[in-house]
Amino acid sequence: MEGQELPYVLIDCIGGVHGVYEDHVGFLQKHFHLITMKEYLENKTLLSKKIRAIYMWYQKPVVNKELLQSLPNLRIVASSGVGIDHLDLNLLSSFGVKVSNTPFIVSTDTADLGMALMLASSRRLVEGYEMAVSPDTEYFPADWLGAEVSGATLGIVGMGTIGYKVAERAKAFEMKILYHNRSQRKKEEESAVGAVYCKKIDDLLQQSDFVLLAVNLTPQTHKLIGKRELELMKPTATLINISRGLLVDQDALVEALQNKVIKAAALDVTYPEPLPRDHPLLKLKNVIITPHIGSATKKTRRIMMEEMTESIQAGIAGLPIPHEVLP
Amino acid sequence: MAKEELPGVLILDIGGTQGVLENLAALLKKHFHLITMKEFLENKEEMSKKIQSVFVFECRPTIDRELLESLPNLKVIGNSGVGVDHLDLKMISSFGVKVTNTPHAVADPTADIGMALMLASARRLVEGCQIAVSPDTKHFAVDWLGVEVTRATLGIIGMGSIGYKVAQRARAFNMRILYHNRNRRRKEEEEAVGAHYCEKMEDLLQQSDFVMLIVNLTPETHRLIGKKELSLMKPTATLINISRGAVIDQDALVEALQSKVIRAAALDVTYPEPLPRDHPLLKLNNVIITPHIGTATVQAIHMMAEEAIANILAVLNGQPIPSEVFPK
Repeated sequence: MEGQELPYVLIDCIGGVHGVYEDHVGFLQKHFHLITMKEYLENKTLLSKKIRAIYMWYQKPVVNKELLQSLPNLRIVASSGVGIDHLDLNLLSSFGVKVSNTPFIVSTDTADLGMALMLASSRRLVEGYEMAVSPDTEYFPADWLGAEVSGATLGIVGMGTIGYKVAERAKAFEMKILYHNRSQRKKEEESAVGAVYCKKIDDLLQQSDFVLLAVNLTPQTHKLIGKRELELMKPTATLINISRGLLVDQDALVEALQNKVIKAAALDVTYPEPLPRDHPLLKLKNVIITPHIGSATKKTRRIMMEEMTESIQAGIAGLPIPHEVLP
Repeated sequence: MAKEELPGVLILDIGGTQGVLENLAALLKKHFHLITMKEFLENKEEMSKKIQSVFVFECRPTIDRELLESLPNLKVIGNSGVGVDHLDLKMISSFGVKVTNTPHAVADPTADIGMALMLASARRLVEGCQIAVSPDTKHFAVDWLGVEVTRATLGIIGMGSIGYKVAQRARAFNMRILYHNRNRRRKEEEEAVGAHYCEKMEDLLQQSDFVMLIVNLTPETHRLIGKKELSLMKPTATLINISRGAVIDQDALVEALQSKVIRAAALDVTYPEPLPRDHPLLKLNNVIITPHIGTATVQAIHMMAEEAIANILAVLNGQPIPSEVFPK
């Protein structure tokens, strides 16, 4: 392109297990000159001044002080997904670099997965599947039972966009919905989903058949659910986590599950991901774990990429940034 | 009332792998003198006259002509569950015996399983669980994707009580809902769930991302979904069956899944149950099967027994029968 070069944007790599999706590259290359980490490291002198933005796809490339120091013209880091706990916002701010995420587009897929986990756990779907296909199965026993979701009590911890969408879905299953949040939602919002506010998380924990975590990970919410909280839960209750692994004291969770302090857990997120292969959570019968797939649909990931593109364009142009994250 | 004065109800057995669950037997004993098949066969002369009802649990005991001929005072077959395809309604009726089922108790849990299967299949939940725990897993690939449920199109074939409850749930996921039924539902009922009637099943099949079967098994619905219907479906579509295995031509389904004519299937029911261990459906990685657990919850099993008890008592007491099933 003569005269007007496309802005240079740093990415980790293309394809493979962690990279930018091959079928997203076409769109991105219409707007940006993509530089992979490998290309950058091979030609730092020329490229470092050109890079105006970082397209951070699934937390890569990792942005640290050293990288920030070597990119004098970096204006924005666009991060995929809604979580920003992996970013040092103060550090980025100190370099005058703006940050964006993709908060709303992930919400319906993540709420859907929360419902999927609750239903799968309660009805013992994974166990049932294993029985249905096992070479040892001769008949289906009559006394093999799960627990009902319809009409049960769901306690939502964190009633942001995702939590509210879970409530909308759960209402259709005639669930009784309790919620705990930093602030109470408006009355009309509560009425629309029949949600009852629990100012104290203890009240929610004591009454719920399912406790679903839909909270941001911050220093305040780190290990929000520990031994005390698990003991407040009913012994027939299930913990569902679609937020971040570090919201839960994992060792306390293992103990609670082993001692049947709670009935079961269904986790889309752990710490770390994946868990070490010898971790007790992988062996417990009353746990199902999915590989952090809350927003893992083709459509959603495509829209995430498009939103990140928009944010980068705005950031480079000095215009108001859609979905900016402030420190 | 002394035990022997209570009406006699025949069951297969209490406990064991196929018998009536112990706590359900306790419920039944409040109203009936329970007689197991073993007790009946050991003392036919005395027991046969006492039996006024058979409580059929998990399709057992089998109701055949021989049994009906040996129970002169039999008034009603009280079935636990809504499906009665295992009962020869005409033959039973010819003996002047009524048949009842339990449509109310099954509706919520079966609708829930339909939703569970749709979500699990779309988001590849079972595969995901396997990856999460596999000893070979070193990292989670970011390009591992499923398909959306929210705002997708759900085609419900069979809009009875269970189908309608599925529609109510799917609406909360902003799904576009199409339905095909023998009869069209009332306008208010359609509007309440945002469901569009497809007079022709073909229209539903061509437009749906998820096709869910919620019909009774009858001679008319036997192999309702065959090669033709599967090829009308989108190649990105998922077939979900929470009715009876025989509603689908299973061989045609295997072929369609192997050739990617459709994306995937999620089946709570097959024919037979369980499938033979070498059946191709067990090996396809785009199929999830559950062991007929549509009503397998503590709550539902209990409610089904209560509903069956109420039906049996109504017949024996000459009162209006809540859920009688008539032969066509």
